[in-house]
Amino acid sequence: MTKILVIGATSAIAEHCARIWAARGDALYLVARNEERLKTIAADLKVRGAEETHSHCMDLNDMDDHAAMLDAAEAAMGGVDTVLIAHGTLSNQKACEQSVEETLAEINTNALSTISLLTHIANRFEAKQAGTIAVISSVAGDRGRASNYVYGSAKAMVTAFTSGLRQRLHKSNVAVVTIKLGFVDTPMTASFKKGLLWAKPAVVAAKIVRAIDARKDEVYVPAFWWAVMAVISNIPNFIFKIGIIR
Amino acid sequence: MTAAPQTNAVQTIAAQTTTTISGWGGYPTQEAQVITPLSLSAYKASLQHHPSVIARGMGRSYGDSANAATVLQTAYCDHFIAFDAATGVLTVEAGVTLRDILKITVTHGWFLPVTPGTSFVTVGGAIASDVHGKNHHVAGTFGQRVLSINMLLGTGEVVTTSPTQLPDLFQATCGGMGLTGVILTATIQLIPIKSAYITQKTIKAGSIEEACEAFEANSSSAYSVAWIDCLSTGKHLGRSVLMLGEHSDNGGLGLKIKDPISIPIHTPAALLNSMTMRAFNGAYWAKASNNKTQTVPLLPYFYPLDAIGGWNKLYGKAGFVQYQCVLPKADGVANMRKILTQIAQSGAGSFLAVLKQFGPANQNLLSFPIEGYTLALDFKMSPYVIDLLLRLDDMVADMSGRVYLTKDALMREVSFKTTYPKWQEFEAVRQKYGAIGKFASAQSKRLGLA
Repeated sequence: MTKILVIGATSAIAEHCARIWAARGDALYLVARNEERLKTIAADLKVRGAEETHSHCMDLNDMDDHAAMLDAAEAAMGGVDTVLIAHGTLSNQKACEQSVEETLAEINTNALSTISLLTHIANRFEAKQAGTIAVISSVAGDRGRASNYVYGSAKAMVTAFTSGLRQRLHKSNVAVVTIKLGFVDTPMTASFKKGLLWAKPAVVAAKIVRAIDARKDEVYVPAFWWAVMAVISNIPNFIFKIGIIR
Repeated sequence: MTAAPQTNAVQTIAAQTTTTISGWGGYPTQEAQVITPLSLSAYKASLQHHPSVIARGMGRSYGDSANAATVLQTAYCDHFIAFDAATGVLTVEAGVTLRDILKITVTHGWFLPVTPGTSFVTVGGAIASDVHGKNHHVAGTFGQRVLSINMLLGTGEVVTTSPTQLPDLFQATCGGMGLTGVILTATIQLIPIKSAYITQKTIKAGSIEEACEAFEANSSSAYSVAWIDCLSTGKHLGRSVLMLGEHSDNGGLGLKIKDPISIPIHTPAALLNSMTMRAFNGAYWAKASNNKTQTVPLLPYFYPLDAIGGWNKLYGKAGFVQYQCVLPKADGVANMRKILTQIAQSGAGSFLAVLKQFGPANQNLLSFPIEGYTLALDFKMSPYVIDLLLRLDDMVADMSGRVYLTKDALMREVSFKTTYPKWQEFEAVRQKYGAIGKFASAQSKRLGLA
């Protein structure tokens, strides 16, 4: 039985990861903002086989509460082996362009709150010389594009931060798994027109769990995004800026 | 790569998109606003924002019963609420599929009391269709095993209904095609099993008469169904392979569950023609052996087609219609011969045809099964097939039979109102509970329901 802390537990991707862990009989500590959905998911995961489920309702932008939440998770499960950080919002790019406040709020949710959590968790895992930290980043962080560079830059910060953290914690036997997601068909992306590049959350979750099991470093999910982003990242700026790919 | 998403008030409680939807047959299609509430409390708000909606689960009913300009999809309300492994009582949200249930309950020794031929249907859909399975002759329909339902009415009120609590609403909702309200959660009684295997016995019947005799002779069998050759004529008309089943006591409760292999694209429809179908049916008949007993796992026994995801695409882009009718037991065999003759002469029947004996009808107002024989088969969509099926509708009505609403895409109002005599009672219940004007589908409009 693994003791797993799931942050952003009502996200479709985190929920499907948790279903896999529940079926394995793991213990789950679930953190999210919406109390009704959190309670529903906790009860569901219990029926699906979780050894124990705990729900913790909080706004992850309240960074002063992060340490207390981690204390509560450790106390409830008798320690934490694995953390999945999956909370976030899909920024409204057009609104951000017109508002400094909105831009910074998005950076706050998608980057700074994650970095606050990672700082606490890294120190705790480093001290006990064990643990796996998985963070949901995005292919959007590989190169800023006009259509969503606010979200993309927040994810770029998460990717760079976890890269450094992985190096630091390697000698402490702590794995840091950076998951760069492509397009996933979730409530967050419901209004997008779906094409061949889109994946279902259950499929994506199975790949994420496998990457966590294997303590991978950085993975593209689904894997073909590695090739897509290799091309996009290497387009010279004088071509990229005219906006064939937005 | 993609446009920026739109944000609006409803999006925080429900995912929203506009797309083309259809039933499993792919005919007819409709442009629809698809609203997927994120939680049970979100259904009410989603309902308030739209004049008329229909709930939609996995989209596995074949025709247009889950088609409407605005649909409430249950995909994100797929949570288990409670399961008592001692009593087999299970409570789930309506979007949970039968496959999800089996993954969890079989290892604890509990199985679905009634299951249709696919596990990819939601509990909400199974109730709305009042589905039946291979055990109808002894177990009745899915709705008969439902202990209670929580549902959202057109008035915005959430009520609990059961055989004893608002029984009129319960009898209208089981088999009511989603037209009485939105099923939010349901509690069902599972049945105990000792093994994840079925002992299957195969019996060959050379004609429709022999097949019906074999059903009669094996009416105590827990499960029975027959593959029937709808292309053979003359004295071989209706030759069938009966598959009887009993839950095994051996083999353990481990469920072997695999994701289906998928058919990603529509195959050229010409691949399924009368020649290939005749060849398939001939081979199937020849391969089956009489009086053979074998032990098979649960899933391939109950859901042979679930192994092939998207098998509906085999019929090409125009889609297909599935036709399922039931004929009363009196004169049932002679009447079935007339129906089969009509189908065999057309040469349009497909390679997948199923014959089954039904037990007595239940109290539900629009439930399909009546005591007698039911026949189900696919037809590749064409103008000729529309003519044929409307002709069959008339024959079935004259024989006091009826057509299954869950498969229907074509039936005319007059056929529906003749063969479902409780439709006025159904409308009265809808009126009483505020459903009229609030819940409607392309099918309900075609059938002349308010």
